[in-house]
Amino acid sequence: MATPEPKPDPKPLLELAGVSMSFGGLVVIDNLDLVVNEHEVVSVIGPNGAGKTTLFNLITGIYPPDAGEIRLDGENLVGLPPHTIAQRGAARTFQTLRLFLNMSVIENVMASQYGQTKVGVARSMLRTPAMRREEKEIRARAEEKLAFFGKRLMGYRWDQPAYSLSYANRRRLEIARAMATEPKILLLDEPAAGMNPTETHEITELIGQLRDEGGYTILLIEHDMHVVEGISDRVVALDHGVKIAEGSFDAVATDPRVVEAYLGTKATSTK
Amino acid sequence: MTDEPNTPLPEPEPTDAEVETRIGVDSWVAESEDRQARKRGFFGPAARGWDASPDPVKLFLFIAVAATLPFWLNTGDLFAYGLYTLIYAILGLGLNVVVGFAGLLDLGYVAYFGIGAYGYALVSSDHYRIHWPTLVALPAITVFTALIGLGLGLTSRRLIGDYFAIVTLFFLQAFLVFTNTANPVIHGVGLTGGSSGIGNLDPLHFGTHDLTTVKQQYWFFLIVLIFATAGLYFANRSRTGRGWRALREDPLAAEVMSIPVNRLKRLAIVMGAALAGFCGAIFAATQGSVVTSYFTLNVLIIIYAVVILGGMGSIAGPILGAIVINVSFQFLQPQNDHPDVKRWLFYGALVLFVALSKPWYRAVVVLVGTVVFGFAVHAIVSATAADSWTSGIPADAGSSSLGKHISDWVIIPATSHGDFNTVLYIALVAAVCVVRSVSGWWRTLALIPTLYLTAVVWENVLSPNPAVTAEILFGVLLIVIMTARPQGLIGTARVEIV
Repeated sequence: MATPEPKPDPKPLLELAGVSMSFGGLVVIDNLDLVVNEHEVVSVIGPNGAGKTTLFNLITGIYPPDAGEIRLDGENLVGLPPHTIAQRGAARTFQTLRLFLNMSVIENVMASQYGQTKVGVARSMLRTPAMRREEKEIRARAEEKLAFFGKRLMGYRWDQPAYSLSYANRRRLEIARAMATEPKILLLDEPAAGMNPTETHEITELIGQLRDEGGYTILLIEHDMHVVEGISDRVVALDHGVKIAEGSFDAVATDPRVVEAYLGTKATSTK
Repeated sequence: MTDEPNTPLPEPEPTDAEVETRIGVDSWVAESEDRQARKRGFFGPAARGWDASPDPVKLFLFIAVAATLPFWLNTGDLFAYGLYTLIYAILGLGLNVVVGFAGLLDLGYVAYFGIGAYGYALVSSDHYRIHWPTLVALPAITVFTALIGLGLGLTSRRLIGDYFAIVTLFFLQAFLVFTNTANPVIHGVGLTGGSSGIGNLDPLHFGTHDLTTVKQQYWFFLIVLIFATAGLYFANRSRTGRGWRALREDPLAAEVMSIPVNRLKRLAIVMGAALAGFCGAIFAATQGSVVTSYFTLNVLIIIYAVVILGGMGSIAGPILGAIVINVSFQFLQPQNDHPDVKRWLFYGALVLFVALSKPWYRAVVVLVGTVVFGFAVHAIVSATAADSWTSGIPADAGSSSLGKHISDWVIIPATSHGDFNTVLYIALVAAVCVVRSVSGWWRTLALIPTLYLTAVVWENVLSPNPAVTAEILFGVLLIVIMTARPQGLIGTARVEIV
């Protein structure tokens, strides 16, 4: 690819080959190839209806693709139920926030560790030592994930119901919840949507920290070009389910096909 | 791979508004419950003290009270008020797993209860001359009902929401038809005994000890309830419990967050079925017989009322719901005859209803007005109409101190005058509609004849028909409680969209 990679020898983590998806006669994703390397932040941009969220739904198994292969770390993901895919290491956030609103903040982050933990209901009811040990680990991990967000989600907020959080904090909590599944790749669906400029700046820095300090690989959908420009190692532009450009932010942003997808052709858009 | 971020990151910028609490910001919303708590008034201190005490203390207090009941209740009352409350509480706890934790509308729940009961009847009676020891029968029946639940869960795994409700409702009806009508003949005996059921069941027996007295059975049920409560309490606060609540909140998000939604749903159905089956078995043993009529839709509705009224999703909720529902239900039953108490309660509720209205002088106007209005109407009717219109006496007047005087105020015809009762009913409904549709002083004025009419209906129609009255009052009670606390007595209000 065009940009310099953060590592000299990039190892592909998420690979999509020839993935297609249509709803009835409407082709949403058309023969898409996409590679995300380890410790890379890749942004997916494109106008509304380009198929960006559908791409996330395909990777996380909410829909099975009509054709093509999706591999994470060499393992095939097609046909697996979503919870297994999450266990294999693909975690996502939602564009329209889908927190467990009536559970407490820390419970949200504890609940998503289900796939990484083992103790069954019988041992839970008897409260065996193994269960208590695991419960402590779950709690510690949840606190660790929340600590990533500094003061925003600390202390007194842990035991508040998630619905009491402000919008920006809900976005942060969704990221924390996804992190708690111990993913290899984080899929962030418009993390800066609905945030003010300060918060947007903060979330941009946070995504950088997730890659540099957390060691996550991140695939990102974002409309805010400041965010995309600030953190992307690579940008992929989609339009009508087709990849129309790929490369550095500057290259993609000036690509005539991307400009056309966003603004229309010259004849109709000017004058 | 995420070991580093243990140390909190340096605070980015303090300019963000949320770091401090402000009106309209999240902490303010979160503290609203505390502010509500401070406003509770008369019952505030008690309620806050109860809230503040740790859960084991609450359970211990409950046990301490419940365990001493047999010492100051007679056998009949212990059976009606104590034992049945425990049965409803255990069933409510099981249903709470399915409905409250996992959010599945299971309308066939009573069938598991029935299967457990019939299972016990088959292996512990002279029906087939099989007499398993209780310690064998109970686990076997529990596993069996759990497997039935698993089977239903497997076949209906693709059915969500309303469809699951319909399938399970069908399952309950199929069970009822099978036990009542099908009654297949096996080894020369009808399997379920048809409409006459199976009788002469063995009591619960452990070694040489038979649990034959109501006291012993009550304590045994109490122990079962305590174990079920503790087990479900721990399950709720575990990985599994969080999974259940997550899938109730948002199944799609739960699935994507590595929670196997279908498996957890099945687990909830199986656990609910196992508890209901176990409860059915011990219920059959205490009854000594099983018939289909123990397991009808009515029972299902009561159990749902227990769970919903108590507060779905909480552990203590179904227990409290069972106490409120069963105690009020049994109290209202005609055979538990306390006519005077019921009459005092009725007029007390009327007075309370008026007294709580604001401002106070309107309450006074209504109360005084109603009393005067009553005597006036009584005087006018006795002066103008035939004597038979006012010469009646209230039902059970002999045993009622209030009843002796009430016939001077309320019109009670000596005999039925055509459709008098029907007219009363319709007039009452119309009067209530009028009261609801006017406001201000007009409402105050309209309340006076309406209240009097209510009293007339009570004395003429409801009081002489205690069976019907019990049903009506029970329904009114449920409506009042559920209107006052839609989230259940100790449930917390769920927030859907903010």
